[in-house]
Amino acid sequence: MSNSVRESGTPAAISIRGLTKTFGKGSHLVEAVRGIDLDVRTGETFGFLGPNGAGKSTTIKMLCTLADPTGGEATVAGHDVIRERDEVRRHIGLVFQETTLDTYLTAEQNLRFHAELYGVPRPELGPRLDEVLSMVGLNDRRDDLVQTFSGGMKRRLEIARGLLHSPRVLFLDEPTIGLDPQTRASIWEYLGELHRREDITVFVTTHYMDEAEHCDRMAIMDEGRIVALDTPEALKAAIGEDRVKIQTDDDDAAIKRLADRFDIEATTVGVDGNTSAVSFGVAGGEQFVPRLFDELGVPIRSVTVTRPSLDDVFLAYTGRTIRDAEAAARPVPPWARR
Amino acid sequence: MSTTQAPVAAVRLPTTGLRHQLRATSVVWRRELVRFMRDRTRALTGLVQPLLFLFVLGTGLSSLVSRGTDIDFRTFLYPGIVAISVLFTATFAGISLVWDREWGFLREMMVAPVSRASILVGKALGGATVATAQSMVMLALCGVVDIPYDPVMLVEMVVLLFLAGLMLTAMSLAMVVRIRQFQAAFPLVQMVITPMMFLSGAMFPLSGLPRWLDILTTLNPLTYAVEPMRHVVFAQLSLSASDQATLDPGLTWGDWQVPVPVQVGVVVVVTIGLLALAIARFDRTE
Repeated sequence: MSNSVRESGTPAAISIRGLTKTFGKGSHLVEAVRGIDLDVRTGETFGFLGPNGAGKSTTIKMLCTLADPTGGEATVAGHDVIRERDEVRRHIGLVFQETTLDTYLTAEQNLRFHAELYGVPRPELGPRLDEVLSMVGLNDRRDDLVQTFSGGMKRRLEIARGLLHSPRVLFLDEPTIGLDPQTRASIWEYLGELHRREDITVFVTTHYMDEAEHCDRMAIMDEGRIVALDTPEALKAAIGEDRVKIQTDDDDAAIKRLADRFDIEATTVGVDGNTSAVSFGVAGGEQFVPRLFDELGVPIRSVTVTRPSLDDVFLAYTGRTIRDAEAAARPVPPWARR
Repeated sequence: MSTTQAPVAAVRLPTTGLRHQLRATSVVWRRELVRFMRDRTRALTGLVQPLLFLFVLGTGLSSLVSRGTDIDFRTFLYPGIVAISVLFTATFAGISLVWDREWGFLREMMVAPVSRASILVGKALGGATVATAQSMVMLALCGVVDIPYDPVMLVEMVVLLFLAGLMLTAMSLAMVVRIRQFQAAFPLVQMVITPMMFLSGAMFPLSGLPRWLDILTTLNPLTYAVEPMRHVVFAQLSLSASDQATLDPGLTWGDWQVPVPVQVGVVVVVTIGLLALAIARFDRTE
């Protein structure tokens, strides 16, 4: 029965058409999601990126049947999120931003609770518990109270729980938020491992641009719309330009010279607090550097050339860096937050 | 990304049915018990108030109020206080739904493919069980106030306590299902249960009350939970007819003496009504 999706040949694990969500009314109307279209392929790891308040979480809530769309439609694992709510729920696993474990229970008790709620057949439960617990490396901690767990361990347990009922699609909403870099990396290792072990589609939201590198494809959402959708490599390649940063004796003169001589628009950016640098984008940055020394006419103290990062991708598609976008994010009503 | 077809111990979920809903109810129920067992402090503090009522208030007032009758005031007070011991724990169990919401665990239940009724019924049964378990300590003290340890009485009391606990947990749930902050839930429930406690006949006999008080006690559903308990306990005592009339006059609707089974029926009907209300108010989509 859970095979029906694959057997009927439906390629999309998630299919979204014209999905909208608004909160409030009149002058207090907030358009959190402004009509998005998206297909997530079966078996891929799909990254959903954007600053806080971009509408990512509202979208994920609608896909998980936790919020009703104002307009449009969506199917998850072949089931309509409005008309077939329980069917959708049976076929998805969820890992939320905030922990939803009962810390007064042990790890195993939390998993058993989940298994009963989802109706996992009892004979299959024992082996499945071993499987998901060892996948996230918590088998030896299964009888410990969750309140003794670190943030990373709790997150891993939640991933194990989300997988317990063998969902077709695993949703993770900011699974690495609030974790240290090392733990973040280990969470992504477990997610990578997933595809080797389970036949599953992973839909993950994040606002850490570097994490999107782990995804097969990604969409960037900004102000309720999807502004870019492709593989991380293709998105970076589409920008084409490398980023060059130079430290000079006279930044203003350098910027003026870059504009006059090379027709390049450059800006001053801060480096380590007190020092500043001139930053600009240019195709073939490494070849450009020698010309720069010959023709700029302003003494250059240092040069760095970087390949476009996903931060640059975000900048290119939204006109802001993700940090600026977060700082400027409009206040989001509490029920729609993140 | 290509998925390797390694043998995967994937589980297959059966189609949703009554059996699945019952499993969900059962696990929500068992969680309440596990949490109660882990929380010794809560189990102990829940007993402080009823013990104070029985032994401090009861002893203090007994010299004043026992004069007209042959029976110790504490003996009179006992069934009412046992009922009150259920009241606190049961209503707190209902409030724990708000706690679950604040700590995120409610979401784990809300996104599961089960009906909200299954979740709330489990929660109500859990609250009632925990409250009954706690009131057993009070029940064990009946000898201290000169009430014999009669097995039938004790069994009847446990059943009545469970029903009262179920009604009070359901009432508490119905009040808090839409509340998002724990601090807001507590005063609200307190505001309702305190008058209910005073107007239930737990603390004073229902005989010779002024008209307004008589009306309020008759309307109070808790009265229908306390009266049967008093009836069961007093059946163990050899009371004079006048003491019986003073201390346990029973409940009347107009001129009709309401029989004990009908009183219990009122509790059951109110419980079902409150549960239905709680389920209807329980917003599933956040």
